[in-house]
Amino acid sequence: MNSLILRTASRFLLILLFQFSIFLLLRGHNDPGGGFVGGLVLAAALTLYAIAYDVRSMRRFLPCRAQTIIAWGLLAAAVSGVFSMFKGQPFMTGQWTHVYIFGVDLHLGTPLLFDIGVYLTVVGVVLIVIISLAEEVEEDD
Amino acid sequence: MEALLAIVIGVLYASGVYMLMRRSIVKLIIGLALLAHGASLLVFTAAGLTRAVPPVIPYGEKAVTGVADPLPQALILTAIVISFGVQAFAMVLAYRAYQTVGTDDLDDMKATDT
Amino acid sequence: MNSLIVLPILLPLLVGAACVVAWRYVAAQRILTLAGSIVYLAVSVVLLERVASEGIQAVQKGDWIAPFGITLVADMFSAAMVATTGVVTLVIVVYSLGSMDRPREAWGYYPLFNILIMGVSGAFLTGDIFNLFVWFEVLLISSFVLLALGGERAQLEGAIKYVTLNLVASAFFLAAVGILYAMAGSLNMADLSQRLGSAADPGLVTTLAVLFLVAFGIKGAIFPLFFWLPASYHTPPVAVSAIFGGLLTKVGVYALIRVFTLLFLNNVDYTHTIILWVGAITMVTGVLGAVAQYEFRRLLSFHIVSQIGYMVMGLGFFTPLAMAGTVFFIVHNIFVKTNLFLVSGVSHRIHGTYDLKKLGGLYRAHPWVGMLFLLSALSLAGVPPLSGFFGKLVLVKAGLGIEQFVVVAAALGVSLLTLFSMTKIWAEAFWKPLPEGTETHAPGAGMGPMLGGIVTLAVLAVVMGVAAGPLFVLAQQAGEQLTNPAPYIEAVLRVRGGS
Repeated sequence: MNSLILRTASRFLLILLFQFSIFLLLRGHNDPGGGFVGGLVLAAALTLYAIAYDVRSMRRFLPCRAQTIIAWGLLAAAVSGVFSMFKGQPFMTGQWTHVYIFGVDLHLGTPLLFDIGVYLTVVGVVLIVIISLAEEVEEDD
Repeated sequence: MEALLAIVIGVLYASGVYMLMRRSIVKLIIGLALLAHGASLLVFTAAGLTRAVPPVIPYGEKAVTGVADPLPQALILTAIVISFGVQAFAMVLAYRAYQTVGTDDLDDMKATDT
Repeated sequence: MNSLIVLPILLPLLVGAACVVAWRYVAAQRILTLAGSIVYLAVSVVLLERVASEGIQAVQKGDWIAPFGITLVADMFSAAMVATTGVVTLVIVVYSLGSMDRPREAWGYYPLFNILIMGVSGAFLTGDIFNLFVWFEVLLISSFVLLALGGERAQLEGAIKYVTLNLVASAFFLAAVGILYAMAGSLNMADLSQRLGSAADPGLVTTLAVLFLVAFGIKGAIFPLFFWLPASYHTPPVAVSAIFGGLLTKVGVYALIRVFTLLFLNNVDYTHTIILWVGAITMVTGVLGAVAQYEFRRLLSFHIVSQIGYMVMGLGFFTPLAMAGTVFFIVHNIFVKTNLFLVSGVSHRIHGTYDLKKLGGLYRAHPWVGMLFLLSALSLAGVPPLSGFFGKLVLVKAGLGIEQFVVVAAALGVSLLTLFSMTKIWAEAFWKPLPEGTETHAPGAGMGPMLGGIVTLAVLAVVMGVAAGPLFVLAQQAGEQLTNPAPYIEAVLRVRGGS
């Protein structure tokens, strides 16, 4: 698509939506939100960018192939469940720890790791769909 | 409200099945999508329609009354995500089949039947 | 403290994800998958031993108390299925190393295969009906892709039928789960088993039972819902055909047995009679369909349908002896059916075709392959002292015990027709001289792993026959557990994690 307004806006929106997706990811454990919606928001932002420019320029933002993002997401989610097994608790029992950094009490735990896994997987899946469908069209043009 | 939704479910199922009977693969996939929506709506309706607050209980409070049952929503969300993935695959499959066979008519795809 | 039950699900997930990370390095994927399947087999055997010695094992994911959390349960039947999966997985992986073509390997054959195994193990081990739906979808999606991977015309046409029918079945399944939840207010199968026993509206429970029968009937390919199976199972590469034909349809049968031994017991006269007759008709139509076929793998596909009939018939008898026979028969059938598909791959490797009319002379050229085929084929038909004989013997005995003479007669007749079909393959592909015009290829590299897999399964068919006594003790334990759900319910609802 060739629209100056959309192109300019999507560059700012991408950054804003990325931050928003991280916000959704982090608040997910106690409030509505979580890795799933967060991932969808980021994927939507990237899709918007791909519509404004093209898929190739959107892919510059990805550190690796979309498949690999899914794989890391799955690994993170699977590993998050394993920690509890070392302590003799059932699979996926939440493990929590407190980290004091810059005077802030951070409440970190394996559910967050699981959510990050979901986040990565969702981003990867949506991007894989978009990339494979869009590149087919761009080749035809 | 239940009666209305029951009719909607019926319409979704009926149109889904009707589309499944068509010869075009594209319509077949639309039919599958409608069927999946019908099933999700059925789960939603069957589990009970209530006017209630979201089942998020603030930290430190006891369970409050009048919250909605979160489980059917979780089931439907899961089912929707699954059907999203499956339908994305089905579309790509149909497209590839169209490219390979050169038609979207299911009557011309009988090579594996005999 | 039961992390053992989680491992059959977790292992393939980790290996599959690692394979995707190593996307460009096919050699690494091969090694990972091979190592993963060896560990999987070891874990599944240990699990089987644990269940056999200590009774039903259960664990609550995330330490949420049953029935609110998701339960994983391993009773004897589940554990036996997981152990069988372990054996077949290892064999197919070894066979794939020798037979899978490079493009498919490069396009994610190994990750998909691992995710498929994860879905299968999840379906066998879950104690939650909605979770069962999710595992079914996991294994279906990966099987869709495995079926279509490669993109040959026959594959795509077969995949469309397979995908469509399975998605219709999933819609049925989901609707049935939703109504079940609305009626009983629980999704934990042990909890449901208690609640449905005292349901307010027994008629609705029976309706629901039939809805589940249709959903699992499509997935498990019972009459009259099996027609997608012979239209699609012969299209992908033979290693994929083998895992589909050997394992996937049995997951449908497993689910059928699970819900009809645990949940829907308040109108056994009605539901299990339907199941019994459906099983009998499935046997007969399957074997009659096979008689007319001259394509190696299509013929075997029809036999899958026919064998499914035996398993469903065992469920229809619904006595401890019949259930024990069913479990024994399923395990035997997974080994033997997988092996027959693998042998068909060897004949394709040598002569480049699956058409029985164009094949021939295999026994003269490769007597060992002929003997291996014959072992599996005779075992499938139920010739003593091979494994199939004992499975059928117990089923027939159970049927005679409750005086279902017509069904038993049908089962024996089908057995005879199976033998006829198998001798047809033998005569056409192995015995008659090679027809003019059929090309012959050098077997080439990769034949070693392929034959290794086949030998393993053929030996197992013999061992299951010779050691039928001790193995049947385990099957009887499974049969007892399936006909008396009380210990299962207690094992699930009693578990408290962390201890």
